[in-house]
Amino acid sequence: MKFKLFGNLAYDLRRNKALMAMVLPVVAYLLVFAYAPMVGAVIAFKSYNFTSGIFGSPWVGFNNFRFFFISGKAWQVTKNTVLYNVAFIATQNVLEITVAIFLSEISHRYFKKITQGAMFLPNFISWVVVGAIAYNLFSYDFGFINNVLTSLNAPKIDVYTTAKYWPHIFVFLSAWKHVGYGSIVYLAAITGISSEIYESAALDGANEWQKIRYITLPGIQSTFFVLLILAIGNIFRGNFDMFYQLVGNNGLLYNATDVIDTYVFRSLLTTYEFGMSSAIGLYQSVLCFVTLIITNAIIHRVSPENALY
Amino acid sequence: MNRNKNGVYLSRDRKAFNALAYTFIVLITIICLLPFWLVVIGSFTAESEIFSRGYSMWPHEFSLEAYQMAFRHPDEVFRAYGITVSITVLGTFLSLLMTTMCGYALQREDFRSRGFLTMFVFFTMLFNGGLVPWYLLITNYLHLKDTYWVMILTPLVNVYYIILMKNFMRTVPKALIEAAKIDGAGEFYIFFRIVLPLVKPALASIGMFVALGYWNEWRTGMLFLQEKSLFPLQYYLYRLLNSVEFLKNSTVVMSAEISSLSFPSESLKLAMTVIATGPIICLYPFLQKYFVKGITIGAVKG
Repeated sequence: MKFKLFGNLAYDLRRNKALMAMVLPVVAYLLVFAYAPMVGAVIAFKSYNFTSGIFGSPWVGFNNFRFFFISGKAWQVTKNTVLYNVAFIATQNVLEITVAIFLSEISHRYFKKITQGAMFLPNFISWVVVGAIAYNLFSYDFGFINNVLTSLNAPKIDVYTTAKYWPHIFVFLSAWKHVGYGSIVYLAAITGISSEIYESAALDGANEWQKIRYITLPGIQSTFFVLLILAIGNIFRGNFDMFYQLVGNNGLLYNATDVIDTYVFRSLLTTYEFGMSSAIGLYQSVLCFVTLIITNAIIHRVSPENALY
Repeated sequence: MNRNKNGVYLSRDRKAFNALAYTFIVLITIICLLPFWLVVIGSFTAESEIFSRGYSMWPHEFSLEAYQMAFRHPDEVFRAYGITVSITVLGTFLSLLMTTMCGYALQREDFRSRGFLTMFVFFTMLFNGGLVPWYLLITNYLHLKDTYWVMILTPLVNVYYIILMKNFMRTVPKALIEAAKIDGAGEFYIFFRIVLPLVKPALASIGMFVALGYWNEWRTGMLFLQEKSLFPLQYYLYRLLNSVEFLKNSTVVMSAEISSLSFPSESLKLAMTVIATGPIICLYPFLQKYFVKGITIGAVKG
């Protein structure tokens, strides 16, 4: 196996110099920016200091990990990350599939184009801008929502100091930003279903709901599974941009809003705990890797044609 | 029973279904657009009104004061714009070049190392070393902190796009490449002159997503930039929105030569958001079809 690998590389270096040159930039880039940090991840087992660098710093075994787990933070941020992702996957898939089914049944071309465009617009802007939008909506003094509440004689809500609102806000804003994208994916899958199936179902007297239940939903099943595996493979990865832009360094909300990624980022940039934050990063990478392998193996067994690799 | 415009009879459940479909889609569309509306309206609202009445759907008093202030000394914003445009153009060009070349070579059947190299590339999607070693590599070993190139380099390669490109390249007829080879064309000639023109749709769509990624990038700035003159647009906006100190020290506000308490900070923030986002949103209707196509390419599993 190994022998063959070197044989192949040697062959291509001799006979396919141009093709080798074509992959070289990406291979070199990944060696530096992806594989070197994997080696550098050894600082998770070290007490890092600047003067000795990554390889000169003393080994501390699993101390960095132990510290993270004893502090209770490990459980909290992992739980937040997973629960948020589960909520996002569930709400967004339901919304995306509903939007896609409805759009596929609408025949006005311009209506379809304009509404689809509007729904994709939130995907187009950065989370920085979403942060500004959220402030505009939720600010205690001037926010639109509080404005509406006041005019209804309801008490104002103080979103930026109250943790309990945030799960709802994140689920809403995440759906707001992503449903347009996902519905295009599902719409493409629905368009791929042969129209003959629908026609013969109509001849047999199937109504709209039956067509959806027995033709459309089974037809988009494999798309759903592919998206699901990808989402589950990333279930331990928080959407850093969203959590950081909406909450930032607002310590009052950490209990409800801190995910692994924001925690690592903060301990890197504000407390400079390189050893511990890289331990958390490594813990996250290993969790993601293992989950993806297991999910893919299960899918391989249940329905091999939907497996990722 | 009613007829639709094609003269086909609509059954009752079809009519109910249509009503539901249109209502639902219109509702979602409004929810998607409303926040944009509120930001634009907020930026045109007089500061005094924001303080007394808050943000609303429609201001009692229109005001251009925030924009007047923003454009009095717009050099910082324009510089941030310039940097973002230049990293977007250069970054997208380099990224597309590397992505397509790699994707092309990896699907050539006479390229014997393709299996191993595909695994080599794909593995980085499954596993990574984490943020900290990557950060230390860039700052302490490559010394890219506070450089222009760090913004080009960090988002440069996206393995997902390489895989997409590789799959799309399969649509290029192999006979075409064989024929060109027999005629004595070199590999690079074949790639640039024959293959690239045939994969233009994928180039456009993937290019759009790469460009959007560069345009919206702010994390790189936050991690690696302290030098204000290098700030890309989104990071500049982030700093304006989130740090009152940064806002006060920006040329936009300093130029006003007024006491730091009385500048229209609320509407100014929204006006800056509109200035930073507006032009690109105006381009959006023309780009929409490429994005839709790009997502659809990705949706077809290869």
